[in-house]
Amino acid sequence: MAATETFVGRSVLRKEDPELLTGRGRYTDDLSVPGMLWMAVVRSPFAHARIRGVDVTRALAVPGVVAAFAGSDFRWAGPLLMAWPVTEDLKNPPHYPLATDVARYQGDGVAVVVAESRGAAMDGAEAVQVDYDPLPAVTDVEAALAEGAPLVHEDLGTNESFTWSLTNGDVDAVFASAPIRIEERYRIQRQVPNAIEPRAILVEPNIATGQFTMWDSTQVPHVVRTAMALATGISESKLRIIAPRVGGGFGSKLQVYPEEALALELARRLGRPIKWTETRSENFLATHHGRDQVQRMELAADERGKIVGFRAHILANMGAYLRIISPGTPVLGAFLYCGAYTGEAYQVTLTGVFTNTTPVDAYRGAGRPEATNAIERAIDALARRVGKDPVEIRRINFMPPFTEATPSIGGLTIDSGDYHATLDKAIELFDLEQLRKEQRARRERGDVRQIGIGLSTYLENCGWGPSRVIGNVLRYAGGGWEAATVRCHPTGKVVLVVGTTPHGQGSETAYAQVVADELGIAVDDVDVLFGDTDVAPSGWDTYGSRGAAVGTPAVHRAARRVREKARAIAAHELEVAEDDLEWSDGAFRVRGAPDQARTIPQIAFSAWTGHNLPDGVEPGLEASSFFDPENLVFPYGAHICAVEVDTETGATRVLRYVAVDDVGTVINPMLVEGQVIGGVVQGIAEALYEEALYDESGNLVTSSMQAYGLPGPPEAPTIITGSHVTPSTTNELGIKGVGETGTIASPPAVLNAIVDALSPLGVTEIERPATPEKVWRAIQRAKGERA
Amino acid sequence: MIPAPFDYVRADSVDDAIARLREDPEGKLLAGGHSLLPAMKLRLARPSTLIDIGRLRDLAYIREDGDRVAIGALTRHHDVATSELLRQACPIVAHAASVVGDPQVRHVGTIGGSCAHGDPAGDLPSVLLALEAEFVARGPSGERTIPASGFFTSLFETALAPDEVLTEIRVPRTSGGWAYLKFNRRAIDWAIVGVAAVRANGGVRVGLTNMGLTPLRATGVEEAIASGADPAAAAARADEGTAPPADAFASDEYRRELAKVLVRRALEQVLA
Repeated sequence: MAATETFVGRSVLRKEDPELLTGRGRYTDDLSVPGMLWMAVVRSPFAHARIRGVDVTRALAVPGVVAAFAGSDFRWAGPLLMAWPVTEDLKNPPHYPLATDVARYQGDGVAVVVAESRGAAMDGAEAVQVDYDPLPAVTDVEAALAEGAPLVHEDLGTNESFTWSLTNGDVDAVFASAPIRIEERYRIQRQVPNAIEPRAILVEPNIATGQFTMWDSTQVPHVVRTAMALATGISESKLRIIAPRVGGGFGSKLQVYPEEALALELARRLGRPIKWTETRSENFLATHHGRDQVQRMELAADERGKIVGFRAHILANMGAYLRIISPGTPVLGAFLYCGAYTGEAYQVTLTGVFTNTTPVDAYRGAGRPEATNAIERAIDALARRVGKDPVEIRRINFMPPFTEATPSIGGLTIDSGDYHATLDKAIELFDLEQLRKEQRARRERGDVRQIGIGLSTYLENCGWGPSRVIGNVLRYAGGGWEAATVRCHPTGKVVLVVGTTPHGQGSETAYAQVVADELGIAVDDVDVLFGDTDVAPSGWDTYGSRGAAVGTPAVHRAARRVREKARAIAAHELEVAEDDLEWSDGAFRVRGAPDQARTIPQIAFSAWTGHNLPDGVEPGLEASSFFDPENLVFPYGAHICAVEVDTETGATRVLRYVAVDDVGTVINPMLVEGQVIGGVVQGIAEALYEEALYDESGNLVTSSMQAYGLPGPPEAPTIITGSHVTPSTTNELGIKGVGETGTIASPPAVLNAIVDALSPLGVTEIERPATPEKVWRAIQRAKGERA
Repeated sequence: MIPAPFDYVRADSVDDAIARLREDPEGKLLAGGHSLLPAMKLRLARPSTLIDIGRLRDLAYIREDGDRVAIGALTRHHDVATSELLRQACPIVAHAASVVGDPQVRHVGTIGGSCAHGDPAGDLPSVLLALEAEFVARGPSGERTIPASGFFTSLFETALAPDEVLTEIRVPRTSGGWAYLKFNRRAIDWAIVGVAAVRANGGVRVGLTNMGLTPLRATGVEEAIASGADPAAAAARADEGTAPPADAFASDEYRRELAKVLVRRALEQVLA
C-alpha cells in the first residue's frame, strides 16, 4: 500500500489564495444590506480643545442626512474596554466613544452623522458646527512630564499614567563595581500601522429578536463582542460579530474602537443597519498608533565587554487615552532588554505618559522591537567602547545552547535556544568576509558611497498565554488559551473551527496541514471556519504571534481526540482490541495484518449512521480542545544587514539582508519565509522611512500616504532567509511563533549598519528613522566635532 | 477622502472646453486627474464643475516640428517616456517622464496637466524650463505661445488665463549631454530636489525642481560655467536666488545642500 501523503513541513500553497488573489474575497466594505445608512464621525481638528457646544442643525438640513448626534446625546453602559491595568495604581480615565467636554487629540470624535449615502454623511459631518476653545497641547513624553506641562486629563493632576518596574539582582552594586559603564539614549519614533484595508463596520439589527450582527474588519471578534456588551449593555447572547476577510491588521485591529460602539448604538437607536468605512485620512488619525518611546539604556561590563548589568528606563507615550492594551505594550518587551545575553543584574522601569496624540497600542512586535532596539544598539556601542567586533561581543555574551527551559536574567524561562548556531549560519549566508573586504576597499579609496554592516541577534517572547501567568503575574484581564473543534462530515471531509482569527497569515493552510496529517486525509479535505462568534464561539483571536504557537496545539489536540474516538470504532469493526491497532499510513491497521484497516472517512460514515458502534460510544465524529500553554515561546535569530550610504546626501539603501531565525518546528516553510520577509521589510521601513510626526500644536504632519514614508516594492531589498530549529518545550509540537520576528529584529540591524558605514567619519549614533537628512546631519555634526 | 459635491461635464473639443470654462469660473479642467482628484478628495480643492478633457485624444501626440518636437498636452507620461522620437531628439524629456510617480500614474497623468498644475515639485517643469520650451495655449481669441521662462508664475499658478487651455508643448532638439537627477526617498515620491542640466549653445542650462515657488533656473551656476568655472565651483552657487520649502521631507538648509551636490553631479555628467 502506498504511503499516504503527509503535509506538515511542506510548502503547501495557501488555501486562501485563490479567493484572495482573484478578488473574490469578501471584505466588510464589500457588504451591504437593505435599508442601510452610512455613518460619518466629526473629528476634532485640534489636539486639545474644550468643547463649548455642538450644533447639528445645519447637518440635519443636508439632503440625505437622517440623524446627527453630539457626544452628550449618548449614555453608555460603560467605557471602552481597557484590559491591561499593569499596576494597581494605574490612572485610567474612562474613555467613551465620543468626547463630550474636551477633545484630547487631533481626530478625537466629537459628533456623529447618519445619512442615506456615504457622501451625504460626510457632507453632513462637514456641516456640524462645533464651538471649540483651543487649549495648549503636549505631544512629547518628556515635555508631558515636565513641570507646568499642559494636562491631558486635568482632573488627574499629572500626565503620568503608571510606572512599572522589574528588578533582578543587585543592580546598583553591579553597576557600581563594573569597570565599564555605558549609557545610551534612543528615541523610538511613533508609527502608523497602515493596514492596507482601513477599518470598516456594518451593523444589522433585527428589531424583532433584538439581535445584532456586526461585520467588522477586526482581528478580535471575540473581544469585540464582550467589549460591545460592556459599552452598550446589549447582552453578548444578542451580539454576533463576524470578521470576514480582513486586509491586514498588524495589531491595529486588535483594538476595540469608538466607531464599533457608535455603529452598534446607532443601529439600536434608529432600528436600521449602519455602515462605516474609515477613510485613509481617518486611518492616520483615528486608528491607534504604535511605538513612541524615549529610552535610556545602560550596560555595565568588564574590560572584555562581558556584560554584567542591564538597566533600562523607558518613557512610553500612551497618547490621549489608554486603549485595550496600551499600558501592556511596553510590558511585552520589559523582559527583553537583556536580549539573548547573560548577566548578573537586570532592571527595567517603564513609565506610561498621556499626551495629546492618537492613542498608542500594539503594532507588530509591540514592545519587543523597542526592547530589541535598545539592547542591540547598546551592545554595538559597548563593542566600540571595548574595541571589539560586533560578532565577537555577541559571542562572549550569549546564553550557552540549551534544550530544556532555562531562566534568563530578564526574568523569563526560555523554552530552548542555540544563539551561536543562528549567528554562524547568518554569517555564512551573508558572506561577511567578502563584504568586509569591499568595505575596507571603499574606505581606503575614500569613496563617496560607503558600506556598513550591522547585526541584530534578537530574542523575543510571544504566543500570548498562559492564562494563569498573564492574569496573575502580568495583570492582563483576558485569557491566553485557544480553542478548536474538528468535525467530520459523513463522507470524511472535515470542518475545523478555530478560535483564532486569521487575517492574512496563512493560518488556514497551516492548520489544515496539521489536521490532514493527524487524520490521514488531504489538506483540500479540511475546511477551516473562524472569525464568526456564532460559528466559533470560543477563542482569543489572532495577535502576538499566537496563531501557530497557541492555536495549532488546540487544533492538533482536537484532531487527536477525533482519531482516538475513531480508534475505538475501528477496533470494534475489525473485531480486534484497540491495542491491536496501529496508526500508520493514514489508517488504523491491525498489527501484523496491515490490509485489515479503517480510514477516518470510513469511520466517519459509521459514526454518522450509528448502526454498529461499540457499547458506550456516542454517534458522531467530532472533538474539541481548549489549549492553555504552560509558557510563552521564544523565537530568536541573527539578522545581518549591509547598507550603502551616500556620504554627500545621506541617502541610504539596503544592499544585502540575511535573516536566520529559529521559530521552532516549521509547519509550512513558505508561510514562515513570507512572514519573515514581510516583517523585515516592515522593520526596514521603521529604520529608514516611517514616522508619525506631530507639530508643536499637535497637528499630525504626516497624515497622508504622500507625507508618511510607507515604502513600496522598489524600496524592498532582496532578503535571504535561513533557519535553525530547536523545538520549543512549551508545546508538544515544538512550535514557536513567526509573526513578528522580522519587525522585532531588523531595525537595529539597519541602524547599526549605518553607524558602521559612517564610523570612520566619527558618527556614533543615528536618529530613527534614518532619513537622508538625518544621516546627512549626523555626518555634518561629526565633521563639526572633529574640526 | 470623499470630494464635496460637483458637476461633471465632458468637453468634446478644445473650443467646447473653453466655452465651459467661461460658463463656470469655478470650473476646473480634468486631464489625468492625478493632482486634482487627491486635492478634491481631501476637500482642499472644491471646483463646482469638472470639465473632462481626458478624451480629447487629438491632443495626445508627439511629432516633429522643424527644429523642435511638439508634444500634445494630453500625452501621457508613459507615452512621453517611451517615445522613440523624444529619446533621440530630446532624451531628457523622455527620461524625466519615466521617473514621474509610478507606472499607474504614468499611464494616466499627462504632460500638460503636470505643467498646468504648476507644482514646483513636478519633474517636467524644471526640465522644460532648462530646455527653454514653449507652451501653446488656446483661448476664446485664439492661440498664443508662452516661453517657459514666463509660464510658471507662482505656486500652483501659471500664465494660463482662466479661460485658456494648454494644448501643446514644444521642446528643442538637443544634441549634447544632459542629466535629470531626481532625489527622493521612495520611487513614487515627488522630488525632494531635482536638477535638470542640458548643453546649449556652448554653455549649460540648469533647472531646479522644488527649490522655490516655481521651477527655477540656476542662473548663477550657468554664469559660472560660462565664465570657465569647474563643476564644483559652479555648483556652489546652485542655491542662489532660491527659496526652498521646509516640510516633513526636508528642511530648506538640507535642500540647499542637496541642490549643490546634485548640480555638481549633473554638471559632471553633462560636461563629461
